[in-house]
Amino acid sequence: MSDIENVVSLKNVKKAFGKNVVLDGIDLNVRKGEVVVICGRSGSGKSTLLRCIDQLEKIDSGEIRAAGHLMGFREVRGKLVSLSDAAVARQQRDIGMVFQNFNLFPHVSVLENIMLAPTKILKRSRSEVEQEALALLEKVGLPDKRNAYPRQLSGGQQQRIAIARALAMKPKLMLFDEPTSALDPEMISEVLDVMVDLSKAGMTMIVVTHEMGFARAAADRVILMHNASIVEDAVPQEFFENPKSEHTKLFLSKILQH
Amino acid sequence: MSWSWPYFFDYMTNGLMLKGVWVTIWLSIISMVIGLALGILAALMKMYGNGLLRYIAEFYIWLFRGTPILIQLVIIYTGLPQLGIRFTVIESCILGLALNEGAYLAEIIRAGIMSVDKGQEDASRAVGMNWRERMWLVILPQATRTIIPPLGNQFNGMLKTTSLCSVISMQELMRSAQMIAQIQFRVLEAYCIAALWYLLLVSIWGLIQARIEAYYEKPFGSEEATVSDKP
Repeated sequence: MSDIENVVSLKNVKKAFGKNVVLDGIDLNVRKGEVVVICGRSGSGKSTLLRCIDQLEKIDSGEIRAAGHLMGFREVRGKLVSLSDAAVARQQRDIGMVFQNFNLFPHVSVLENIMLAPTKILKRSRSEVEQEALALLEKVGLPDKRNAYPRQLSGGQQQRIAIARALAMKPKLMLFDEPTSALDPEMISEVLDVMVDLSKAGMTMIVVTHEMGFARAAADRVILMHNASIVEDAVPQEFFENPKSEHTKLFLSKILQH
Repeated sequence: MSWSWPYFFDYMTNGLMLKGVWVTIWLSIISMVIGLALGILAALMKMYGNGLLRYIAEFYIWLFRGTPILIQLVIIYTGLPQLGIRFTVIESCILGLALNEGAYLAEIIRAGIMSVDKGQEDASRAVGMNWRERMWLVILPQATRTIIPPLGNQFNGMLKTTSLCSVISMQELMRSAQMIAQIQFRVLEAYCIAALWYLLLVSIWGLIQARIEAYYEKPFGSEEATVSDKP
C-alpha cells in the first residue's frame, strides 16, 4: 500500500566517489503531492542524492523507486539487471529536474527549449506542444520571451524557463537542485513564487535549498543531511522550533544568526 | 619569350581551365562532406566507443595524420591494384582526400564536443534524451559553433590540396594548367591563371564561411544580449 502512494522510495542507498562516502545508507519516502526540502552543509550529499534519484549518477547499492520506476534497473527473476542508456532515458522522462546553473539549451530559443523534448523525444505534434509551451510560459510569467535566446535573459528568467522546460514533459516528480543559489538576491523570489505555485498545484517535489522561508511556506517536511546521512526529518514547525538532532540546532543557529 | 597578356587573358576563360575549376569545386565539396562524416564517426568512436572501437578510431587518425596525403593518393591509385584492389581516378581522389580530411576533422570535432558545457549533458539527460538524442539535438549543435572556424580553415586547405590529385592524372585545376602550359609552353601564364582561380575560390569560400559563422553565433551574439532583471 505504502509503495503505491509513494512517488519516491529509497532503500539503503549508498554512493561513494572513490573513498569519499557521499550517501551512507539513505532511506527516504516521499508521498504523492508532498514537498520535501533538503538542507545541509555543502558536501553533505544532498545534491548527489537528487542526482542519484534522476540517474545522473549511478548508485553503488540499495534501490531507488521514483515516479513508478525502479530507477536504473529492471527485475529479472528476482535479480536486478542494469538498464541500457535508452531505457534509463525513458524513466527520466517522468522526472523533471532543475539545476543550480539553469543549463538551458543556449543554441535554441526559449520556446524551442521547452518544446525540444516533447516534440523530438515523445514525437508529439508541434502545434499541440506549442499550445502547452505557451501556457507554461504564461504560468512562469514570461509569455513575451518566447523568441528570446537564453543568453538574453536574466538568471531568474532563465531558471523560470528551466522549470517550464521540465514541466513540458509532464513529470510525476520535480527535483530542484539549489535552484536559487546562483541568483542575485532580488531574483530569488520570482523563482520561489513559481515553485510555491507548483506545490499548491499538487506537484510532488524534492527541493535542495537553503531558502528557509520557502521551507516554512511550502514544505511538508524538512530534512537535514549531515555527513552522507539524514539526521533530521520533520514537519517545518518541528524542524525549526524543536529539532531533535544537535546537527540541526547547530545548522539553524548558523543560518538564522543574521 | 616574355610575358604575354593575350595568352594570359585567353587562358583565363579557356574551356579546359574552366572545366578544371569545376572539377576542383565538386571534388573539394564531395571529399569534405565524406570527410566530415568520417570525422564525426571517428570522434564519437574515440570519445564514447568501447575498447575496440576506440582503438580503430585512434589507429585511423594516427595513420592518416602521420603520412603525407600525396603518398596516400599514390598508394590508393597505383599501389593497391597490385593487391587486386582497383579504384578509378575519381574514386581514388575522393577516397584519399576524404580519409585524410576525416582524420584531421576528427580531432577538431572532438575538441568542439569537449568545449560544450558539462551541464548540457545533465540537462539533456534530465528531460529523458538517450545518447543519440543528446548528441544530435544538444551536444553537436553546440559544438558546431566551436567547430565551424577551424572547419572552414580545413575547407580552404581542401580547395588547394585537391591540386595534388593532378599527380594521379585527375583533371582538376592544376592538371588543366599543366596541360595548357604544354600546348604553347606559356608556363608562367598558365600557372598564374590557375593560382588566380584558387585565390578566387578561396575568397568566395571565405565569404560563405563568414555567413555560416554568423548564423551559428546568433544565439550567443553580444549585440542582442539585452539582459533585463525585471520579471
